[in-house]
Amino acid sequence: MSELLVVSGSPHIHVADTTDRCMWRVIIALVPAFACAVYAFGLGALIVTAAAVIGSVVTEFMIARYLMGRRAPFVSMSALLTGVLLAFNLPSNLPVWIVLIGSVVAIGIGKMAFGGLGCNIFNPALVGRVFLLLSFPQQMTTWPLPLVNRMNYTDATTGATMLSWMNGGEDAVAGATAHTEPMTLGSFDWMNEAMGAFGGSLGEISSLALIIGGIYLLMTRTITWHIPVAMILGAAVMSLIAGGDPVLEIVSGGLMLGAIFMATDYVTSPMSRSGMLLYGAMIGVITVIIRHWGAYPEGVSFAILLMNGATPLINRYMKPKKVGVVKS
Amino acid sequence: MKLHTFHPGGVHLPDSKLSAGKPIVDVGLPHKVVITMSQHQGAPARPVVSVGDEVKRFQLVGEAQGFISANIHSPITGVVKAVGPFVGSYGYDVEAVTVEASEEQHEADVEMPRVRVRDDAAIAAMSPDDIIAVSKDFGLVGMGGATFPTYVKLKVPEGRHADVMIVNAAECEPYLTSDHALMLAEPEAVVRGVEIARKACGAPEAVIAVEANKPDAIELLSRHIPAGIHVRVMALKERYPQGGEKQLINAVTGRQVPNGKLPIDAGAVVINVGTVYALWRAVAYSEPLVERIVTVTGPAMERCGNFRAVTGTPISTLLGLTDAYLEQGSKLVLGGPMMGRAALNPDAPVEKGTSGLLVLPPDMARRAEPEACVRCAKCVSVCPMGLEPYLISTLSRLRRIDDAAGENIMACIECGSCSYVCPSSRPILDFIRLGKGLLRSRKKK
Repeated sequence: MSELLVVSGSPHIHVADTTDRCMWRVIIALVPAFACAVYAFGLGALIVTAAAVIGSVVTEFMIARYLMGRRAPFVSMSALLTGVLLAFNLPSNLPVWIVLIGSVVAIGIGKMAFGGLGCNIFNPALVGRVFLLLSFPQQMTTWPLPLVNRMNYTDATTGATMLSWMNGGEDAVAGATAHTEPMTLGSFDWMNEAMGAFGGSLGEISSLALIIGGIYLLMTRTITWHIPVAMILGAAVMSLIAGGDPVLEIVSGGLMLGAIFMATDYVTSPMSRSGMLLYGAMIGVITVIIRHWGAYPEGVSFAILLMNGATPLINRYMKPKKVGVVKS
Repeated sequence: MKLHTFHPGGVHLPDSKLSAGKPIVDVGLPHKVVITMSQHQGAPARPVVSVGDEVKRFQLVGEAQGFISANIHSPITGVVKAVGPFVGSYGYDVEAVTVEASEEQHEADVEMPRVRVRDDAAIAAMSPDDIIAVSKDFGLVGMGGATFPTYVKLKVPEGRHADVMIVNAAECEPYLTSDHALMLAEPEAVVRGVEIARKACGAPEAVIAVEANKPDAIELLSRHIPAGIHVRVMALKERYPQGGEKQLINAVTGRQVPNGKLPIDAGAVVINVGTVYALWRAVAYSEPLVERIVTVTGPAMERCGNFRAVTGTPISTLLGLTDAYLEQGSKLVLGGPMMGRAALNPDAPVEKGTSGLLVLPPDMARRAEPEACVRCAKCVSVCPMGLEPYLISTLSRLRRIDDAAGENIMACIECGSCSYVCPSSRPILDFIRLGKGLLRSRKKK
């Protein structure tokens, strides 16, 4: 018998794709939004993103190498992506040391404590962001005004986001600075919000750029439409019920960022199509509930984390329809 | 026009049909053949010849044992040299009869004319039972790869009714073109065979299901269907695993075969296009199934092609006719790249189910290192049985086979779509096979 041939079970061909390439495509899809962030916030966007990425990658390396004793490669592309996504959820004038704490919490507690890639229950970037929001409420809720602060970093002048302005300055976030009137770079409508004329976290500045990235992800089949569409529709319907402006609801704040890039995280979202639809719709609904009746002006992060927690339950009860199973 | 396909799941694979459109090359009769006794699903045939016997071409050398089994015939005239174990293509010992021809015997075989034994009137006069008897006597089995005895399929059980017979010409596996080549070379014989098979199973209509990547075959077959017979060609949207029996029935009729049941429970009989051609040859010429079309192909091969070879021809002979070179660390697959099996012995013979020989160079032969599952759900969305491959695979790996059974692991058709799409290169199907094996062996106890 020959030692010549390789023998293994079928299939004998494999799709030309790897997990790292999937993560790469998500990073590429974030480029338009990142360009908008750099255009709007300049220096701050670069510093915060670099700090978050370095913090995440180094944290993952240290834990995988020294605490878990894993074999090389110690760092996957997903650590880089978590860093970018964390940065996109932070104000661009956040001091580097706070950003680093966020990335250590995101990777260390959000991901590696559960066993590393594929094992975490909650979206690591959002774990980092919410940790910072609760720990540093003041720094996390004062957003620098876009365009006028390109060369400023922590000394940037700050202003309200459209959502915090709408929610009413006084009863907004406890401990947050009083809200100033929103920037008047244009009229106060959804078109300006979509184009990035209002302040906000680094990556949520332009819904349009995020949608371009989303189209790229759909075309490369990196994600499916189920979660983003369900989440947007869920938010729109709930907004109508709550008496808001559904279009404004969708294009403002982190909703697009959340729908396209955060809720679609492979690890923490459901496995079946029907499960994805329920998961997405519930995130949309909870987001609007928090925005309208909660203590925080923005609810996307909390909504996604809540539904992350519900994902195992969804996987258990919302399974794909098995072929050929006859009801008895 | 919107083309039909199956639901749910499936995956669009790269075509890689390198040998498409290549004419069929006749390999000719070898001087020596190794005839294995298990070229079909079910019980192996029992050798009915001994060493030293002279056998004629087309003579029975192995007799079917039991209901699910098939007769085996000799493709050449010669003397029996050995009866007993032979190292089969997958490295296991298999029962085989070796027949060797002298120069005279070989020449007589080569010059033996093909004689039509039943004219059109005689064929028209055959009853369904006559046709079923012919397919049983002449050792017909499914030639798509599953090699299920044909007469069992054609014999519709008492009280059941087939309202459609589907001829499987989907050929959804990448690389394979043997069915395609056959349809282009023998369109008339294929259509005649379809009509005979339709009559045998009593279906009022026959549908030849061809994937849309073979427009020439679709056009040619349609042209060869005479007026007044209930046979039609249906073009299907390219999607793997369309050639799976359950998927094909769903694509053509929209029906689902219940789990653990047969196609006839959905009112359908499915027969491969190569099999209906063999049926035509058996009925019209009294030829047993000792010959088939084999695609010999590979991404590193320049001269890939389609070959007509008798069963028992060594695989290495076919490889020698192309520029196929088995380099250290390459992989030789019998069948298509998705469901074919990797072979270990290139000297093993071509069998009734050998639809193709695929040579993968070393860089494609080895699998990538598996990484952690990121729960991307791609395996769930491609599963044509609506299963959750990541879940049943993990349950099998953890030996939680009762839970795997609860998740319907036994419904898996092992099409490999899950392993194919997995971006983490996880051996999903390998663990599912393990789980199915554990469940099966436990049931036997």
